[in-house]
Amino acid sequence: MNEEELKKTPLHKIHCALGARMVEFGGWEMPVYYSGINAEHRAVRTAAGLFDTCHMGEIEVSGDNANAWLQRLMPNDLNRITPGGIIYSAFLNERGGIIDDLMIYDMGGGRYFLCVNASNKDKDFDWLKKNAEAGIVIEDLSESTAMLALQGPKSAQIISKLASEDVLKLKYLRFVEGAVAGVDCLVSRAGYTGEDGFELFCPAMQVANLWEAIINSGKEAGLVPVGLGARDTLRLEMGYPLWGSELDEDHTPLESGIGWICRWDKGDFMAKDILIRQRDEGAEWTMVGLEMIERSVPRHNYTVVDGEKEIGKVTSGTMSPTLGIGIALARIKKKSAQSGKTVEVVIHGKPRKAKVVRLPFVEVTSLERSAP
Amino acid sequence: MKFPDDLKYTREHEWARIKGKKAVIGITDHAQKELGDVVYVELPEVGDEVVQDEQFGVIESVKTVSDLFSPISGEVVEVNENLEDRPELVNEEPYGDGWMMKVEITEPEEIENLLSAETYEEYVEEESGEAE
Repeated sequence: MNEEELKKTPLHKIHCALGARMVEFGGWEMPVYYSGINAEHRAVRTAAGLFDTCHMGEIEVSGDNANAWLQRLMPNDLNRITPGGIIYSAFLNERGGIIDDLMIYDMGGGRYFLCVNASNKDKDFDWLKKNAEAGIVIEDLSESTAMLALQGPKSAQIISKLASEDVLKLKYLRFVEGAVAGVDCLVSRAGYTGEDGFELFCPAMQVANLWEAIINSGKEAGLVPVGLGARDTLRLEMGYPLWGSELDEDHTPLESGIGWICRWDKGDFMAKDILIRQRDEGAEWTMVGLEMIERSVPRHNYTVVDGEKEIGKVTSGTMSPTLGIGIALARIKKKSAQSGKTVEVVIHGKPRKAKVVRLPFVEVTSLERSAP
Repeated sequence: MKFPDDLKYTREHEWARIKGKKAVIGITDHAQKELGDVVYVELPEVGDEVVQDEQFGVIESVKTVSDLFSPISGEVVEVNENLEDRPELVNEEPYGDGWMMKVEITEPEEIENLLSAETYEEYVEEESGEAE
C-alpha cells in the first residue's frame, strides 16, 4: 500500500514527536514502538501503558428488534449481559468461518455499540447492512470516535486522579459514560493485555487532550506510551487470538480456540447447525499454546511436526518478554493436542522441541488479582 | 549513529574489525536500530567455514527475522556465546560486547570489497533517504 493512502489517527503527530517507529497496520500508519517493545511490554506488566487504539472500528446498532437480530447473527448470548455490560463474540459466515471478532457493549434500550478490528471495519459494516432487517439502524461511528487503552496494574491509580468515582468502581467487562480529564468518554474496564485496565472512547477531536492528560497524570507511576509491538506480545502471552493470525474466514470458533463463544442453549444463530455438527463429530483442528524447549523464536506460519508428521502451523509466535522463552499459538490436529506433549516447530529449516501447554502462558497478572 | 573509523563495512550492515589474519564480525549500530529489540542470534559453530557475502547466521528481533552475511571468507575460531543469554548486547554495544564471531581470514584480497566508514555512512544515508 502507498504511504499516502495510509490512514492516520488524531494522535499521529504526537507519536511522531515522541520519536515512534511507525508501521502500516490494517491500512493505518501506527506506532509499533516508542522506546522499544520489551521495555514497553515490561511497563504494562509492572506499571502501566497507554495505547492509541483509534484505528479500531466502532459501529452502533439500534432498533426495537436489535437484540433479537444480533442474537440471530452471532454465537454468544447477548442476554448474558445487562445494560452497561460487554460481551465478546464474532461475526460468522455461512460456513461458520470468522468474518471478525468483536466486543459488544449493551447501551440499554435496544442500542448496541460494537468495537471491531480496524482492517475489517468496512467489511463488517457491509455485512451487517446486507443482513439488516426492517427497523434496524446501523451507523459507522469510526471516523468521529477515538479510542485509548490504559493498561497495567497501576491503571486504576492513574485514572483515579482524572475520573469520577463510578469509573473506579467499574467491574471487569462493565462500562459507564462519564468525564475523564474533562472529556466525555465511554469508559470500560477491559483490555487486550491480561492486566487490569480501561478502554476509553471519546470524540476524535478531543482525544489528543485526553492522551496528554493521562500521560501527564501517570508519569510518576511509570506510565509510558506503548505501540502495537508490545500490544501483540502482551496479548500473545495471554493466549488472546488476533484476527488475521488465529482467526480467519476458513476456520470456525471451535477450530480457533474460541469455541466458548458458541452458546448452544440460546436460539438459532448463523451457522449454528454446522457448528453443532462439528462439535458432535469432533473438529479436525484445535488451537494450542506451545512453549519452546530449545531456545528459538516460533513465528506465523512455521510448521509444527510430531516426528515425521506435519500436524499444523504456528498462527502467532514471539519471544515472550516475561518468560524469556519462545511462545506460540498454533492450530494443530486435535488428536495431537494433549497438554504436556512434546512436538517440534520447524525454525530456519531445523525442528526445534516445544511443549504443548495450557493457556495463558503468563499466569499471574493484575487482572486476575483484581478480578471482581 | 556511530560509524567507527577502524572498521570495514558491508552493504548488508555487518562490520569487520580486521587485525592481521583475524577478523571480529558483528552488525552495525544502524542495523541494530532498524531491527529493534534483538531476542535471538543464531551463530555458526567453531570450525565452520564462512564465505564472503554468504549467510552465516540469523538474527531475530521481536518483530523480524534477518539473515546475517559474512563480510569475509574464513574459518570460525570463536563465537560470542554471551549472546545466547543476552542477545540485547547487540542493541547495547553493537561494536563491543555485541560482536558475533571471530574468523581466521582465508582470502585476504576480499578485504578490498569492503566499505570504509565514510562510504558506509553515505550508503546508509542514501538508503534511508530512499525509504522516506
